[in-house]
Amino acid sequence: MSCFLPRSLVTRALSALAAAAALTTLAACGSSRARPVAPAAAAPPAASPPSASPSMPSMTPPPSAAAGPAGAPVSSNAVMIQNFAFAAPTVIVKVGTTVTWTNGDEDPHTVTAIGGPFHSPTLTNGARFTYTFTTVGTFTYMCTIHPYMHGSVVVVAR
Amino acid sequence: MSTTPGGDANEPQPANPDGSDRMTRRQLLRHTAWFGAAVALAVTGGEVISHVAGSTGKSPAIATGPVLRFAQISDSHLGFHGGANGDVTATFQQAIEQVNALGYRPDFVMHTGDLTHLATPAQFDQVKQMMTALDTDHVFTVPGEHDSIDDAGQKYRAAFGAGSRGEGWYSLDIAGVHVIALVNTLNLRFLGHLGTDQIDFVRKDVAALSSDTPIVVFSHIPLFAMYPTWGWGTDDATQALSYLRRFSSVTCLNGHVHQLFTKTEGNVTFHSGTTTAYPLPHPGDGPAPKPVTLPAGRLHAALGIREVSYRKGQHALAIRDRALT
Repeated sequence: MSCFLPRSLVTRALSALAAAAALTTLAACGSSRARPVAPAAAAPPAASPPSASPSMPSMTPPPSAAAGPAGAPVSSNAVMIQNFAFAAPTVIVKVGTTVTWTNGDEDPHTVTAIGGPFHSPTLTNGARFTYTFTTVGTFTYMCTIHPYMHGSVVVVAR
Repeated sequence: MSTTPGGDANEPQPANPDGSDRMTRRQLLRHTAWFGAAVALAVTGGEVISHVAGSTGKSPAIATGPVLRFAQISDSHLGFHGGANGDVTATFQQAIEQVNALGYRPDFVMHTGDLTHLATPAQFDQVKQMMTALDTDHVFTVPGEHDSIDDAGQKYRAAFGAGSRGEGWYSLDIAGVHVIALVNTLNLRFLGHLGTDQIDFVRKDVAALSSDTPIVVFSHIPLFAMYPTWGWGTDDATQALSYLRRFSSVTCLNGHVHQLFTKTEGNVTFHSGTTTAYPLPHPGDGPAPKPVTLPAGRLHAALGIREVSYRKGQHALAIRDRALT
């Protein structure tokens, strides 16, 4: 069967894993009937998101930026969804503000509060979702289709 | 798809906790899931093996060819409209026709999720109707996250969940191979997720099986950390796989990533399958797993179907990926 290993991936794998483990991976890739030649030796990646390790067989360490929204909070009532990310990932608004999310991606997304009060329908390209925040607090949300997309709205008093 | 009443060695059998060979039709109906009439007979290539999964393994292995052959298709995204594929219905139809032209009749066909793009009733209806054209006795599915948007998979289960357990998972035995179909697209927080109920199902499901029983596990999202940054992994897979560690052959087949990838860890081999719709970038190639628009004439080479066969006495299943023609 065919099998790819991107150069960047090989570099990461070789740097992160014991050589024997990497060779095992490569060998397995070369044959659909390959049997494991050694016990799994891949150490849990040091930079994994908390939910990714050590509870899952590993292949490659993800960048540390994977864990949740990054960047400084921005005062804005508009959030763009672009390149599978919320921009800005954290916005600050005053209580009573209506926040608008706009999907700029070709792929569908949702804006779904985690244990919270709002849940958009599926937003196709160009679609918008609005929600008015009437209480102070921090509201975290995600896209249920691409659950690694997270954002938050910090609502402060007027 | 057709069904033939009867039963034989290649008839899918539900997991039987006491390890006995045969079970009632009611058990079969309760524990397995497929379209249409529930019971079918499928003897591959005229070969019949002499016992089924859960038996003592003392029966002689008399088959010389594959005792089990099945096909995997994945990530058809019916309803997608975009530059990466202007007609996902057409490429899905081509994939179905390619399965039907394999030169043999697969014992079953598994679709590993993202049947639809937006989980609308019309899209579920369309994909279900199209898959009735598959020339096999059984069509199985697992849901993708695109099939469970907004409703925790309710519409998916209404269309495809007959006979499944919990939130859509199930298992069955066929030709000495134990097949487990998992749902890891619900209650997501960052990665794929199985949940304690489903993990407990796996534990009980394999408890009575002999360790030389070949295990095949289907899921949509990879059960290994292919690229967690893009959600390409399952946060609680290790616990489920721990119950499979004593088995000599475990093969995990998934979709979701729209590209081929193989990895072996211990006794488990993972095979990510490709798509019938559009390619995604290789892990980390670009800012996001957005559909990739290929130069004209190159799309079909990135799409495809997968053949899997098992020969009695062999540890590893033979896997052949074929590009869409």
